[in-house]
Amino acid sequence: MSITAAAPAISIPAPVAGKGYWRLVGERLARDKVTLVVAAILLAVILVAIFAPLITAHDPYVGRVANRLKPIGTPNHWLGTDEVGRDLWTRLAYGSRLTLLTGVTPVIVATLIGATLGIVAGIGGRVVNTLVMRTMDVFYAFPSVLLAIAICGVLGSGVRNMILSLTIVFIPPVVRVSESVTTQVRSLDFVEAARATGASLAMVIRHQVIANVLSPILVYATSLVSLSIILAAGLSFLGLGVAPPNAEWGSMLNALRQSIYVNPVNAALPGLVILITSMAFNLMSDGLRSAMDVRLPR
Amino acid sequence: MLVYALVRILYTIPILLGVSLIAFGLIHLVPGNPLDLLLPPEAPKELVDQIKAKYGFDQPLYIQYFTWLGRVAVGDLGNSVFTGEPVREQLISALSNTLVLAIPAAVLGFALGIFLGAVAGFNRDTWIDKLASAIAITGVSMPHYWGAIVSVILFSVILNWLPATGMGPSGGLPQSWEDVTHMILPVATLSLIPMGVISRLVRATVLEINGQEFTAALRGKGLRRKRIIYHVLKNAAPPAMALMGLQFGYLLGGSILVETVYNWPGSGQLMNLAIFRRDIPVLQATVVVLSFFFVLINLSVDVLQAAIDPRIRR
Amino acid sequence: MKPSADLPSTKSPAAEPRDRGGPAQPLLIVEGLRKHFPLKGLPFTRRPVVQAVDGVSFAVKKGETLGIVGESGCGKSTTARLLMHLIEPDAGTIVFDGDPVGGLRGISVRDLRRQMQMVFQDSYSSLNPRAQIADIIAFGQIAHGRDATEARERAHDLLARVGLAPHLFARRYPHELSGGQRQRVNIARALAMDPRLVLLDEAVSALDKSVEAQVLNLLQDLKQDLNLTYIFISHDLNVVRYMSDRVVVMYLGRIVEIGEVEALYRQPRHPYTRALLSAVPTLDPRRRTEAPPLTGDPPNPINPPSGCRFRTRCPFAEGVCADRTPILAAIGEGVDHAVACHMDTAGSGHSKAPAAPVSSLEAAE
Repeated sequence: MSITAAAPAISIPAPVAGKGYWRLVGERLARDKVTLVVAAILLAVILVAIFAPLITAHDPYVGRVANRLKPIGTPNHWLGTDEVGRDLWTRLAYGSRLTLLTGVTPVIVATLIGATLGIVAGIGGRVVNTLVMRTMDVFYAFPSVLLAIAICGVLGSGVRNMILSLTIVFIPPVVRVSESVTTQVRSLDFVEAARATGASLAMVIRHQVIANVLSPILVYATSLVSLSIILAAGLSFLGLGVAPPNAEWGSMLNALRQSIYVNPVNAALPGLVILITSMAFNLMSDGLRSAMDVRLPR
Repeated sequence: MLVYALVRILYTIPILLGVSLIAFGLIHLVPGNPLDLLLPPEAPKELVDQIKAKYGFDQPLYIQYFTWLGRVAVGDLGNSVFTGEPVREQLISALSNTLVLAIPAAVLGFALGIFLGAVAGFNRDTWIDKLASAIAITGVSMPHYWGAIVSVILFSVILNWLPATGMGPSGGLPQSWEDVTHMILPVATLSLIPMGVISRLVRATVLEINGQEFTAALRGKGLRRKRIIYHVLKNAAPPAMALMGLQFGYLLGGSILVETVYNWPGSGQLMNLAIFRRDIPVLQATVVVLSFFFVLINLSVDVLQAAIDPRIRR
Repeated sequence: MKPSADLPSTKSPAAEPRDRGGPAQPLLIVEGLRKHFPLKGLPFTRRPVVQAVDGVSFAVKKGETLGIVGESGCGKSTTARLLMHLIEPDAGTIVFDGDPVGGLRGISVRDLRRQMQMVFQDSYSSLNPRAQIADIIAFGQIAHGRDATEARERAHDLLARVGLAPHLFARRYPHELSGGQRQRVNIARALAMDPRLVLLDEAVSALDKSVEAQVLNLLQDLKQDLNLTYIFISHDLNVVRYMSDRVVVMYLGRIVEIGEVEALYRQPRHPYTRALLSAVPTLDPRRRTEAPPLTGDPPNPINPPSGCRFRTRCPFAEGVCADRTPILAAIGEGVDHAVACHMDTAGSGHSKAPAAPVSSLEAAE
């Protein structure tokens, strides 16, 4: 029950200054050390992606074969070089651009479409709900990786097709989550109470339902980015997404895979940055979840 | 209970139909005429017509679909356009090779996940919890193809303990220790993701159940810790099982990436090959069969879950 | 606390501009209210149905408090939601101050909701966790087109009226309040619509005893000052007695007894009411009852017993109780006390019923 949640609140002596909900969430995030570190990592990745030309000294597409697979710490190449002698740091920095683009875009598009469908299914009547949800069940019957690979495989490789296939794969789970939170929120007493004031359905949905549904969807979408980055890089790893010589972490990992006997550390490096980025989005999602749960005492 | 199972089984029929429709439609996602994949652009008109008739491409779409569906229903998956051999035989051998990895990986991931999650949940906020949770989040965020590469680097290249790639000499089910050594790395890699996902769920469930009053009552009754753990786990098992059903599908699909790294002749590799050879019948058949498999697994998990947990029925 | 000029308490009862039928017209008349919830069943078979509310009729007089009691699952809360039209009734009519609700000549549900408000049981889930207290209270008025600043000002006044200092509480979130404070907010929200009838659905049941008493007194004060009428739903017989003028006793979706509170508590007629009251702990040895306490749980509302629904737990059940449904009838001429029991129906065939031609007054001895 709510008794435990209320206990610390009573002890607040001074009047609580008027804060919006998002400011409250922001303050809670700022007090969460893990989330702060994670946010810093994500910010760093984004900054690297934006300022890649400014923070690197080499051309990402030009290397000397004589210089290939230099280890970490080589003068002038602090992260070493790749299988054709290109500077690895430069490649990774430029690679973050395509990885972020192909990882984040499908989730944004799928969330926009999926959340709309899910909320409509959750609010709408039985017919609408059945129609939307049963269609999603069919898509849900495919293992996500399989579907992404199959669609991408048929459409042909390329950034656009990869983003399209991942978007298709992510819509059904977003719809499911949105529909289920909408149905849950809709059945809560405060929505009934709002209806009981005689407010119009549109007003109740806008003010009572949407506000409470968006945060869980946002939390879910953040965790989806983690999966999306893994899958996007995976498609490129298979040769279905970004084609070499473009810098992208998945295709770099594939190219460097042949070099594990020569320089295993360099070979593993692109995968490590995928892991770190994907983990950062997962932890960010965890942090958002607990910061947005206003019922948890802090 | 029987009624629930029956309804659930009936319900999978439209889903399977939908799945087949999408898998069939895949071929028409291909830009241009599907025949372009089979024939060189300069092929003579007679040959084009002949091939068209052979593959039924001259028929209207819906007739093509039902003909195809009818054949799939009796187990005829067509012939590979690349090798000309029946897809069925290739797929059966590839799928069984995949299952040789996926089933032990699912069992291992499930067991490790429950263990890790329970240990974390029962030792909340201690260093044990933090360590277990860190392992879990790494498992969830791990690009498994990278995990495969790292495992090869560690255990084959550096330590030289295990073979790097390929299936053991026997093929199919492992029959010797050497076959098993070939399985260890792929199974361990594949088990990481379900382990992470399951352990996070189990931890959350244990925390929730531990906070409920009936466990306090159990403690009040002086039950030993062991018995309490048993009670809590019994309650945490059904949601973990449902999640495992979904994760198994992820294993089937995800195997395509891991099999590529380990050079394992499973369905993933078959599909990968089909994509690069533009071998649409093979691709189509792989998607349909893997998805049917996935649907059936989820069906059995649901029914099994309802058998254990009375709250789900109705 | 002096209510602000904005509140209707300054008006005398006679000046209620919305009064239509005069003092004798009941504020609310409910006739044959029914709600059956279909459950999921096998396809192509008849779906099992929960008979949550099955033919409930009663009237609420202006200015009174009508209590509704019964075990959990007897249909009390469903009745409240049906009255608010939060769920659509399958059958039955609701007449508010002479105007039928819905239909061509009656008042709309929207108009009804302006005059009738509800306070929910769960003080936490009935408040939007993402909204500040003042906004929660002001929402209804803004939804009805009132200026937002004005509505918030009024929310401050209402907070003061329910005993919460506006400068301390207006900008807080629900989770920062205690259960009693939240229930006061719920009351303030209901009052914001300027209702004439307030439905209190287990409004104090989740509160500690001491807090409960404070909130009950607040409700009494508000009723007096604002000229309100209450429907007070609770499973707590003592609280219902303290609050109500008349009481409705429900069992499995039907009314078994209805009457003036003191008469009903002193001389309960229905075996169920007697059993309920005998279960109330009392310190007075003279008030001991001989009625056997209730045993077992209420039967499944999916397949309720035929005839009288209480017969499976009734110590006086006979064949007639299974065959025919007893009708809710006054126990005497001009007496505001009705009961649905074959033992009180002359000529019903029950061995304890009065003989057919004799007036039922005899049974009232």
